[in-house]
Amino acid sequence: MKRPCLLVGALALLLITAATPAAAQDVLVIGSKKFTESVVLGEIALALATDAGAEATHLRELGGSRVLFNALRDGEIHVYPDYTGTLALELLAQDTGGRTVDDVVLRGLLATRGIRMTRPLGFNNTYALGMRETRARELNISTVSDLVRYPGLNFGFSNEFMDRADGWPALRSHYGLPQTGVVGMDHDLAYRALESAGIDVMDLYTTDAEITYYRLRALQDDKNYFPEYHAVFLYREELDQQFPAFVHRLNTLTGTITQDQMVLMNARVKIDRVSESIVAADFLQLDSAVQQENFSQRLRRTTLAHLTLTGISLGLAILIAIPLGVFAARRPHFGHLVLGTVAIVQTIPALAMFVFMIPLLGIGAPPAIAALLLYSLLPIVRNTYAGLHDIPVELQESAEALGLPPSAKLRLVELPLATRSILAGIKTSAVINVGTATLGALIGAGGYGQPILTGIRLDDMGLILEGAVPAAILALLVQGAFSLLERWVLPRGLRLAQAGA
Amino acid sequence: MFVLEQVSMSFQDQACIRGVDLSIPAGTTTVLIGPSGCGKSTLLKLMLGLLYPDAGSVRFADQTVQPDNARALRQRMGYVIQEGGLFPHLTARENITLMARFLGWPGDVQVARVHGLRTLTDFPANALDRYPAELSGGQRQRVSLMRALMLNPDVLLLDEPLGALDPMIRRDLQNELKDVFEQLNKTVVLVTHDLGEAAWFADSIVLMRDGEIAQRGSLEDLVTSPASRFVEQFVNAQRQPEGFGA
Ligand SMILES: Nc1ncnc2c1ncn2[C@@H]1O[C@H](COP(=O)(O)OP(=O)(O)OP(=O)(O)O)[C@@H](O)[C@H]1O
Ligand SMILES: [Mg+2]
Repeated sequence: MKRPCLLVGALALLLITAATPAAAQDVLVIGSKKFTESVVLGEIALALATDAGAEATHLRELGGSRVLFNALRDGEIHVYPDYTGTLALELLAQDTGGRTVDDVVLRGLLATRGIRMTRPLGFNNTYALGMRETRARELNISTVSDLVRYPGLNFGFSNEFMDRADGWPALRSHYGLPQTGVVGMDHDLAYRALESAGIDVMDLYTTDAEITYYRLRALQDDKNYFPEYHAVFLYREELDQQFPAFVHRLNTLTGTITQDQMVLMNARVKIDRVSESIVAADFLQLDSAVQQENFSQRLRRTTLAHLTLTGISLGLAILIAIPLGVFAARRPHFGHLVLGTVAIVQTIPALAMFVFMIPLLGIGAPPAIAALLLYSLLPIVRNTYAGLHDIPVELQESAEALGLPPSAKLRLVELPLATRSILAGIKTSAVINVGTATLGALIGAGGYGQPILTGIRLDDMGLILEGAVPAAILALLVQGAFSLLERWVLPRGLRLAQAGA
Repeated sequence: MFVLEQVSMSFQDQACIRGVDLSIPAGTTTVLIGPSGCGKSTLLKLMLGLLYPDAGSVRFADQTVQPDNARALRQRMGYVIQEGGLFPHLTARENITLMARFLGWPGDVQVARVHGLRTLTDFPANALDRYPAELSGGQRQRVSLMRALMLNPDVLLLDEPLGALDPMIRRDLQNELKDVFEQLNKTVVLVTHDLGEAAWFADSIVLMRDGEIAQRGSLEDLVTSPASRFVEQFVNAQRQPEGFGA
């Protein structure tokens, strides 16, 4: 049992080494949050970096503010766009006491974390209350205070806005709003409800693409209730030395993106379905800088990423799970512990598993591989255990009676006899793995999940299918490949015995 | 060759072998017989060191069979079990040579040895590369026997080697086995529940009952001077349907 232990140790080491951010030195890593505006800003930074001669990559749609901020702090990404309000009220709330502070204070707080902040890019993406343009004109409403005159209006707010302490409850008391018809609803549904006049007022962001699309009016925050969310870029301080040209270009952006421009850029992506890179290049008038990926290039890239995720995680899972299964079959007490543990690991929802890996391994492929690996263990461990455990007593006795030492017995008799069961376990793992790997995109690992995620964000069924269909096909291929493999590796005598039985 | 002294063993609380004294001289054929569940197979496994006694001792060639030497001693014993216990993933030849290959025997020595055994057991050459699933019951028993004999063991332990065969083949194999035993002149311990078969092979018959030895001797001893009522009944019960002559 010594050698399998060493093997597992070596693999763990390998995984950890693989997990340390590769080439963090010379490649500039840009991150963006999981919504269109952030991705567009990320693409703008990418285009600037490329134009400044830096080798750069953009990890899109990594997650929420906290994930991005931590990734920046830990050096997994080097730059990403955020908002002053988010920094003051959320990310640095412990230091600011949850109050808005001016940029000087923010800079000071960020500096202690090795992070620099550009000056505001221009637009303020804050909360606003919105109405249909026609309805607002009809009632002559242009400010939030004007709403006080119409107690009968129906409000539909996103659940987040309803619940936040600085959301609806505080807004109501700030302005003394009398309305009682207030419901929480999904943000996208709220736009439709507004259009069909089911509600009159909803919460929105001042740069939402939908503002132009649905012809909405964002009411003026005349009593300055909403904090300011000025867009800025955050970057690690060492970029000043490493990529001075890029930092210079980034700072020339400040004050150049107006609210209307941002709404328009968001709308071009979300409504006109133009790619973020093109929108970014158009804004910078750098059309030569970005090469638009065509369908087959994109498919090749996502396929490669997906195969890497599943291939490595499954390979490592096999190398770890088979010795574990053998060990479990050898030591009944330890075996129950092992089987119980991997079974519990399996009950962790896949989504949570991926997110749990972030603090341990950061973002990108390594945490996704680790999560997939853990997920792939159970079927293989269990089937290895069962395969060995179910070997008929007389065969075990025969092997024993021949005088074979345990290791030789395992290699020459028991593992071959358990082949069918072990292969079935690997096949199950592989098929699950291919499907689960689509979640890898959530933590920046790419793969078929990437188009699905982008498709959901843009409400683009074509893009969703571009990820979902290849993932399904791959799962089928994997299944087929394993059936072939089984014919090939399953000892002939076992197949005959099976056919005869 | 084997000396068992006051050997007792139980599964959980169930006593299975109770204070057995048994000595098996080298070069003889001893047959263990008795009703189902009396402990014949268990006694064989105790001799092989697949099980260890709770009390008493099992000695093989003047060494006590213990966990630390059992594996080495087992390489000097050949074991054939009911149904053969052949490995389904290996061909007949691979089954026979498994241990020799593990021990690193040269290829030509292996081939020569298999050829000798094949002749001895009258096993068809073209069946050597078939898998157990492709062999008849009788052929499987022969392969099992060849596997047990491959390392040229000092003793041969056979647990109902002919149990699962139909009467015709069984008769043939009985003849063959007897020839083999005579040619090899090895110490043989054979388990059966058929008294006729026991008489055919045995220099000495050991009749067991409930984990104890009821009587030991030749068939003639059992028939003419049964040690107890049980022996008498056992002999008579077997005598009627089989109709063999003593
Ligand atoms: N692994 C085991 N666990 C518990 N009890 C066992 C085990 N093996 C055998 N026994 C019991 O020990 C007793 C003797 O079994 P053994 O196999 O030696 O009988 P046997 O004389 O070979 O019978 P048969 O002629 O049916 O093969 C039986 O009562 C059996 O139920
Ligand atoms: Mg038995």
